[in-house]
Amino acid sequence: MVTFATHAHEIVARVVDPEIPVLTIEDLGVLRGVDQVGETVVVTITPTYSGCPAMGQIEDDINRALQRNGFTDTRIDVVYQPAWTTEWMSDEARRKLEDFGIAPPTAPSDVRCPKCREGESRLIAQFGSTACKALMVCSVCGDPFDYFKEH
Amino acid sequence: MSDAVVSGAPQGMSLPKVDTPEAALVGHADDNLVLAHRLGEWISKAPELELDIALGNFALDHLGVARALYQHVGTAEGKTEDEYAMGRTDREFRNILLVEQPNGDFAETIVRQFFVDTYQLQLWPDLAGSDDDVVAGIAAKAFKEAQYHHRFSHGWMLRMAGGTDESRQRVQNALDHLWRFTGEIFEGDAAIYRDGWDGLVDDMLGETGLTKPEDPYQTTGGRVGYHTEHLGYLLTEMQWMQRTYPGLEW
Repeated sequence: MVTFATHAHEIVARVVDPEIPVLTIEDLGVLRGVDQVGETVVVTITPTYSGCPAMGQIEDDINRALQRNGFTDTRIDVVYQPAWTTEWMSDEARRKLEDFGIAPPTAPSDVRCPKCREGESRLIAQFGSTACKALMVCSVCGDPFDYFKEH
Repeated sequence: MSDAVVSGAPQGMSLPKVDTPEAALVGHADDNLVLAHRLGEWISKAPELELDIALGNFALDHLGVARALYQHVGTAEGKTEDEYAMGRTDREFRNILLVEQPNGDFAETIVRQFFVDTYQLQLWPDLAGSDDDVVAGIAAKAFKEAQYHHRFSHGWMLRMAGGTDESRQRVQNALDHLWRFTGEIFEGDAAIYRDGWDGLVDDMLGETGLTKPEDPYQTTGGRVGYHTEHLGYLLTEMQWMQRTYPGLEW
């Protein structure tokens, strides 16, 4: 039998990150739990960065997904501890990220190009298209690519 | 470079008590909100695209910390984050004067950031040990970000000091100008952060050969609501929408 909370968890776990739509919030480690408190579905999430501008969108998307599936009584708690780290990102998430063209988080010296998969690259800009990414260029194929910073 | 006009409290005047834990948290939130607004003023005007993005990212981090603290204090006080950010006058803000100082040139922005980052490297690990779990969590997160910010501001201190005669002169000017706002950081209970801050600032001076400013008159008053004239202009811009359309939501 699928319980109320398990069903809600399955729905919430499918919500994707608005800036990296190949990853779900579960892949990223942003989703910390889905519980039932009385009749309320309580979803606990944690931000990747304190000021991550995607958090508001993620909260809206969670509420929409739950409501579409008949869960009308919902609450979202944002927790800060333990602080999110890129280590929470699953291997599956790292593979999806690389296939999408973003080098997954690793020590900067171990970054490999997500296009030609060669390991020689250099940093162009420490600050990239979103707060969590830097811009690199591959020394082999010459293509620039996003790198998800280790954090 | 113009001297800041100071609206500090007249000597001998007694100031309202603001030493409750909640007031201290609002002070930290205000530091981060006001600094976030100042950093946001660089967006579209920074010297390079990467710096534009970097300063914008830092603004978001500071804004995120401010929001988390306002929400936490507001839960107990029955107030929303917007009421704190958009509903208070300058006299009700509790931020240190340093963060409200105008951006000036890029050197002034970086020196201001370096001073704040160095302070927050002391503050957040301390608050991460707080008995209040929510505050401890916010601080632990903010500490990771402060380290990142400090790497950037410290890196630019070295680069400007080791750059051209002009960049070196500008960063020295900024140090001299903003030094008067650093004493305030360590008033009251914050005195425990002084040694750690001094150590990192001295390290930076040693690395760059920049001159430690003379200890001039230290301007103070921000923690009790006496601000420089600059905060009023900042709030006028930041709060315009809520003042014009009270309670407006996206």
